[in-house]
Amino acid sequence: MEVMNEIWANDQIRSAVLISSKPGCFVAGADINMLAACKTSQEATRVSQDGQRIFEKLEKSTKPIVAAISGSCLGGGLELAISCQYRIATKDRKTVLGVPEVLLGILPGAGGTQRLPKMVGIPAAFDMMLTGRNIRADRAKKMGLVDQLVEPLGPGVKPPEERTIEYLEEVAVMFAKGLADKKITPKRDKGLVEKLTSYAMRIPFVRQQVYKTVEEKVRKQTKGLYPAPLKIIDAVKTGIEQGSDAGYLAESQKFGELAMTKESKALMGLYHGQVLCKKNKFGTPQKEVKQLAVLGAGLMGAGIAQVSVDKGLKTLLKDTTVAGLGRGQQQVFKGLNDKVKKKAVTSFERDSIFSNLIGQLDYKDFEKADMVIEAVFEDLSIKHKVLKEVEAVTPDHCVFASNTSALPIKEIAAVSKRPEKVIGMHYFSPVDKMQLLEIITTETTTRDTTASAVALGLKQGKVIIVVKDGPGFYTTRCLAPMMSEVIRILQEGVGPKKLDSLTTGFGFPVGAATLADEVGVDVAQHVAEDLGKAFGERFGGGNVELLKQMVAKGFLGRKSGKGFYIYQEGSKDKNLNSDMDSIFASLKLPAKPEASSDEDIQYRVVTRFVNEAVLCLQEGILATPEEGDIGAVFGLGFPPCLGGPFRFVDLYSAQKIVDRLRKYEAVYGKQFTPCQLLLDHANSPGKKFYQ
Amino acid sequence: MSRGLLHRTNVPKEVVDYIIFGTVIQEVKTSNVAREAALGAGFSDKTPAHTVTMACISSNQAMTTAVGLIASGQYDVVLAGGVELMSDVPIRHSRKMRKMMLDLSRAKTLGQRLSLLSKFRLNFLSPELPAVAEFSTSETMGHSADRLAAAFAISRLEQDEYALRSHSLAKKAQDEGLLSDIVPFKVPGKETVSKDNGIRPSSLEQMAKLKPAFIKPYGTVTAANSSFLTDGASAMLIMSEDKALAMGYKPKAYLRDFVYVSQDPKDQLLLGPTYATPKVLEKAGLTMSDIDVFEFHEAFSVGALPLEKFNAWGGSLSLGHPFGATGCRLVMTAANRLRKEGGQFGLVAACAAGGQGHGMIVETYPK
Repeated sequence: MEVMNEIWANDQIRSAVLISSKPGCFVAGADINMLAACKTSQEATRVSQDGQRIFEKLEKSTKPIVAAISGSCLGGGLELAISCQYRIATKDRKTVLGVPEVLLGILPGAGGTQRLPKMVGIPAAFDMMLTGRNIRADRAKKMGLVDQLVEPLGPGVKPPEERTIEYLEEVAVMFAKGLADKKITPKRDKGLVEKLTSYAMRIPFVRQQVYKTVEEKVRKQTKGLYPAPLKIIDAVKTGIEQGSDAGYLAESQKFGELAMTKESKALMGLYHGQVLCKKNKFGTPQKEVKQLAVLGAGLMGAGIAQVSVDKGLKTLLKDTTVAGLGRGQQQVFKGLNDKVKKKAVTSFERDSIFSNLIGQLDYKDFEKADMVIEAVFEDLSIKHKVLKEVEAVTPDHCVFASNTSALPIKEIAAVSKRPEKVIGMHYFSPVDKMQLLEIITTETTTRDTTASAVALGLKQGKVIIVVKDGPGFYTTRCLAPMMSEVIRILQEGVGPKKLDSLTTGFGFPVGAATLADEVGVDVAQHVAEDLGKAFGERFGGGNVELLKQMVAKGFLGRKSGKGFYIYQEGSKDKNLNSDMDSIFASLKLPAKPEASSDEDIQYRVVTRFVNEAVLCLQEGILATPEEGDIGAVFGLGFPPCLGGPFRFVDLYSAQKIVDRLRKYEAVYGKQFTPCQLLLDHANSPGKKFYQ
Repeated sequence: MSRGLLHRTNVPKEVVDYIIFGTVIQEVKTSNVAREAALGAGFSDKTPAHTVTMACISSNQAMTTAVGLIASGQYDVVLAGGVELMSDVPIRHSRKMRKMMLDLSRAKTLGQRLSLLSKFRLNFLSPELPAVAEFSTSETMGHSADRLAAAFAISRLEQDEYALRSHSLAKKAQDEGLLSDIVPFKVPGKETVSKDNGIRPSSLEQMAKLKPAFIKPYGTVTAANSSFLTDGASAMLIMSEDKALAMGYKPKAYLRDFVYVSQDPKDQLLLGPTYATPKVLEKAGLTMSDIDVFEFHEAFSVGALPLEKFNAWGGSLSLGHPFGATGCRLVMTAANRLRKEGGQFGLVAACAAGGQGHGMIVETYPK
């Protein structure tokens, strides 16, 4: 700001360029810790108003200011850029523009809700602010968000990044001078569609319709669980309908209100957790994985191969049959081709990426593998067989990772010659979409092996939690008691549709019955039986017989076309599977009226999940509550608005959760007994998982 | 061109053992244009011919292929050259239209034909124009040149100055009758072309008025400082020294050594000469100071260094750039300059689409 004042005061200066000296980043938003420090909504409102005031000065500057953007231009960074008179961006993959505030449960509070609609039009502004999506530079140019693009340069007189920034600055200076000399006007030609849209937006009736439609859509999607989107719509509406003074005031006030909500605290907590889980706290591995091998070209194996080859990693994909291998290769190709359709890569890049994948039926070249990830059938004897085969051909330094959702790694490693190199890498399906990777270490796994697995996962773009070995590790272990309760609830006569709407109403992105169909009923049965044996009555409640009967009838979920629902190719609507009625009837249990209200049903599901998660921390399966929250939200779809099981306990009080558990314990028994750590937190109210 | 060469050298047609031509944009009807041209020029139908392609260094490839065939003892006399017809490039139907037409030819019943035709949409008719763009990056060459200029911080003025130099030198060379490697050609229905017709020495002020051609509105590469694409053909007779002497000819120059290089087609598309030069010098055991004339392909004004010995008779900027034919012109100019200026070694270098490059050492034949 001091520099800006100097620019305004100095008569010699006629225009200015704003550029970041940090390569790969223009301004990636405001420091969210500053917000976390605010104690009241008034304080947060003041933060917003300070920002508004500074950017207003920029906007009203008589000397043209050009924002030269290279790298992320997000949140406050974009609000800064759109306050300038002109914007020039480098056209590379790192340069993205967006207002992701909504993902943190707040709104763009430095004039964003007021300036964006004027700049890109109301519909596009809503889309940006309500989804928080990143916009690539070329798209931003088309939308009118930036005025000029600069191509990134290759090696020349200086390293490429350095010279590109310099070049951007040179071009920006040229335009700044041109603007000052009035040789260039910041206005741009709008396309026909854009002209029509902006014309339509001048009609109040059309605007009202747009607000209404957007509000309805938001209400439907958020189910009232996320307050930020509606406040964003409100702030935009106020600015357009009542003028900018009212608009800016509304923006700052709503910003203050949102900053104090539990939802924004939960979402910001997740953001912090995610940053932590994108770091390798085990250090740099001695040997970087350059040659990867994946065993099994099924859904998981091919998915793992896909996220590896598209980061430039040479990957061998081995299967036992030509048909199985072909299916897996096709899956990888389709995944890459979908990116071509979205224009994320060119068809040439797709082919070049695809050439990193080598499909084979034998162990050729495994002597060069630095890591082998097996994704074969979930059966201990098969896992033992491939482990021995692999160790016979791989070099001593090669890490053997097992992708399993429930088999204890210690048992898999039992037949290994090099148990220190054996580790668990639990991916989630579909691998190219699900961000989480759960890494499981045994007592014999060395730190370097773990560092190697984490480094690979980070390269694959994953958010990583590292947990101790044990039945079900962390994620599956939390899911199992929840699923047990789901079965119980179904047995008590609550239909899958009702159950789905209750769970999504609580914030789960996927309903509980649908989740079972997605995971696979056979997998759920496997897990329920295995973990049931390991944990006994704490995993009781529902009758596994229900899953067994479903499997017997071939109702395996989405993959077999039938589960709780019927799935048809090409159709998004799903109908209940009426053949389930007889199974429900044969296993029907009387509902307990004292624990069967809608809210009770929601809490029975959630408290069992939370209780198990806290027990995992108590037992040392989990190292930190952050990892517990990230694992639950990114792997299992725990409601993001609650921030994960640990954040939930902190924000909604351990005592209330213990009370719930005690109530259900009295009705159903030991599966609801709260664990010691949760009791400790309830007993000392000052105690929090997050200080 | 082949006929003109024989006419000029008095070599009887039968002596030619083999013919190789380079070309870039292939006409589908004459995909082996070397053979068709040889027949059309009246060569014996017993003389085999093949066509090579390597973008802008296609005729360089024709020459070095000839060198290889002679060195390995397969042939004694090879005709090597290049040809490009930029004024009539094949323009294709769109892929959808092509597919429909191919499917139609396979359709057996009227019903099948009608159902195929019913899928016709107007946009099927929009044609596909060939572009001077990289397949791997979809970037046009001029665009890449502009980025290269920026990466090496070469200003618009420097590029314009270099282009002006090329045109002025070419004009001078033409006026002095130095551009002797030309065969007059009567274009059917038009006038006879007897000299390079793209040499236009302008002024820096005039050139400065042009708008950027590729990176708009602030780029530095313009029509005036880029080579222009023209029709053209070139040919050269390559023999083993023994054969030439035995037949009573005096060779013009030796083709001493050559290299091909390739690099990143995105950011180093046009840097072929930069990589080829030290490599071919090292291979031939020479240094920069041994070289008396430099003949570099000047696709754009970017990356070329104004030197005394450098492209002294103009270059692609002023003489034009018929893709497949440029290589032979470079080598011939180098040989002619060596004779005229009295030097021993010449270095020829060129860049090509795909991020490839070529370097060759030419040595004048002792008088």
